[in-house]
Amino acid sequence: MAIAGRTGTRAVRSRCIVRVVVERVREESPLDTNTDSRRAEFLAGLRAQLPLLLGVAPFGMAYGAYAVKTGLSAGLAQAMSAIIFGGASQFVATRLIADGVPGAVIVLTVLLVNSRHALYSASLAPHTEHLPARWRWLLAYLLTDEAYATAITRYRRRRLAVASGDAAPQGHWFFFGSALTLWATWQVTTGVGVFVGAAVPDSWSLDFALPLTFLALLMPALRQRPALAAAGLAGLVAVVGFGWPYGTGLLAAAFAGMAAGMALDRALPSDGEAEPGAAP
Amino acid sequence: MTLWLIIVASGVVTYGVRLSVLVFVHHSALPRIARDALRFVTPAVLSAIILPAVLYVGADQHFSAGPGNERLLAAIIAAAVAWLAKNVWLTIGSGMAALWLLQ
Repeated sequence: MAIAGRTGTRAVRSRCIVRVVVERVREESPLDTNTDSRRAEFLAGLRAQLPLLLGVAPFGMAYGAYAVKTGLSAGLAQAMSAIIFGGASQFVATRLIADGVPGAVIVLTVLLVNSRHALYSASLAPHTEHLPARWRWLLAYLLTDEAYATAITRYRRRRLAVASGDAAPQGHWFFFGSALTLWATWQVTTGVGVFVGAAVPDSWSLDFALPLTFLALLMPALRQRPALAAAGLAGLVAVVGFGWPYGTGLLAAAFAGMAAGMALDRALPSDGEAEPGAAP
Repeated sequence: MTLWLIIVASGVVTYGVRLSVLVFVHHSALPRIARDALRFVTPAVLSAIILPAVLYVGADQHFSAGPGNERLLAAIIAAAVAWLAKNVWLTIGSGMAALWLLQ
């Protein structure tokens, strides 16, 4: 950086050397052009995730505490965070395990709760299709609501930058930095929740953190009428089907809600512009 | 042992969903109706989990939709905060604080 302000042959030569080195690295590895920009992107992703951790950290602790409270062993509670790595689905699976619901229904319910990730996967795919398979397998494992939201925002800005002639930044390192920050926080806060959980009395109503967190995720989506219809009908069916066996009320509610959302989306003239990935 | 199997299977299907378009299926190959349906899974499932958790209360999980249900009142306050502030932390904080005060 200091060289840029100087004049003289030394500075020119230095710049030439830098350019040659950069071009040589580009030829060898078209993806990883520059260690500095990789680090910068990774750290930018980490920083973008920080405000979201304020919500995720208590959620992770609430999960760990809730899992232990419902009778899961500490090992199982922690393993679920590493193996499933999806807060909402972990809460649901924990609840269904405690209720003695058959395993197949639990797996199907987890699949349904996490099926929104297929949309994230579809939305991010155009930005990651140039990456080697090992990168896409890694980013897919780390894909969450929070990682998606931050990564897709970065990719859209990057596309604008590329259009205006800027060099392509290492977007996947941003994605990785953001997603890994969330992953590490989730594992650690699960452990904290598991450890502290045994000491938390019922009167604290810690389980209420689940519907509250989901409310925070749900409410912004309700500004679009089809999403409101989906949530409304799904909620109604879930309340009616609360006593249905094996969690089938939840499944019926989800499918009813999805049908209602789609129906209203098609009936309304382009309300809530349906760009894939723009949905919450 | 069975629980481990359930968790591993849940992890495998979850990973499969996340891998789906990133690795297995080309994004342009998705049928329109699938993309349309997936857009509404989140509001549908979240709502389907929230409402029973708020409306079926107590140790016996009885239905209560009246002012005697502290969780319902706390959830309404939290929903208002979520609507205005769009912040998970504030939503949890206001909802828990409301529930503790009401109890």
